[in-house]
Amino acid sequence: MRLALALLAASLAMPLAAQGEVPPAPYAYRQLDDPAQEAQAQDLMETLRCLKCQSQSIADSDASMAGDMRHQVRIRIAAGEEPEAIRRWLMDRYGDYVSYEPVMSATTWPLFAVPALLVVIALLLFSRRFRRRS
Amino acid sequence: MSWRLWLPFLVFFAFLGLAAYQLTQPRDDVVKSAMIGEALPYFDLPPAVSEQPGVASADFSDGRPRLLNIWASWCLPCIAEAPQLEQLKEQGAEIVGIAIRDKPEDVARFLSQHGNPYARIGRDDLSEVQLGIGSSGVPETFVVDGSGRITYQHVGDIRPEQVPILLGELRKAER
Repeated sequence: MRLALALLAASLAMPLAAQGEVPPAPYAYRQLDDPAQEAQAQDLMETLRCLKCQSQSIADSDASMAGDMRHQVRIRIAAGEEPEAIRRWLMDRYGDYVSYEPVMSATTWPLFAVPALLVVIALLLFSRRFRRRS
Repeated sequence: MSWRLWLPFLVFFAFLGLAAYQLTQPRDDVVKSAMIGEALPYFDLPPAVSEQPGVASADFSDGRPRLLNIWASWCLPCIAEAPQLEQLKEQGAEIVGIAIRDKPEDVARFLSQHGNPYARIGRDDLSEVQLGIGSSGVPETFVVDGSGRITYQHVGDIRPEQVPILLGELRKAER
């Protein structure tokens, strides 16, 4: 019984200790009052990468830094900034990596070019083959 | 049989080889700042402890290059790099600190335990400056030249063997 109580106390200690931290940014967990603006912010946040937990978007992450990024996105949307301008602002700081939206650049163009090239090659092969038959 | 029949297999095995090679490579998940060579964004942070001044972007335009250390009292690697920061200070580097999401009493406790190499310490509760300069974690150390331009970024704690690198980057920023 005493052991069970001690275990319970130990499991309670963590959340209590966590309360000592600096509170999250005002708009980390609070939605914007205007539903249209919040929808815009949400769409953008789902396509921005959390830098701490790199396989999550900032909309999905509970990392404090993701919260701070959501705060930036929401206050900038509320101030009337375009979502793409905010994405640009982040990409100017962290590179293409911060955005999940694919972009054509010096390093990524093969990703777009190779499939197109393969389709062209396949079409050529087929047409040659069909012509030979007929 | 034509040699051309083997071509698809060759392509397939080349692909397998490439995938196998990539699997053996260590994962590099460091996100480098894209702000190297750019001017610091405007900011004006309140002091993180009452005894020392806060940090503003204007502090960086007096012609003297500085180290800008992004850290926090809750960050363990920051304890590991404290002796190296002390060493950098002894060798003439001026270090400006920005404490991320930190409370004054925690900052004061950290400084009394691990030393205080900072000329000034700003308080960034919303990670605004951190996001503004493209830093993705703590600790990170930036070299900022005398006109407020970022010239170098060090990601992670500073190891003893990296002290000369940072001193060299500071000297480079002087020119």
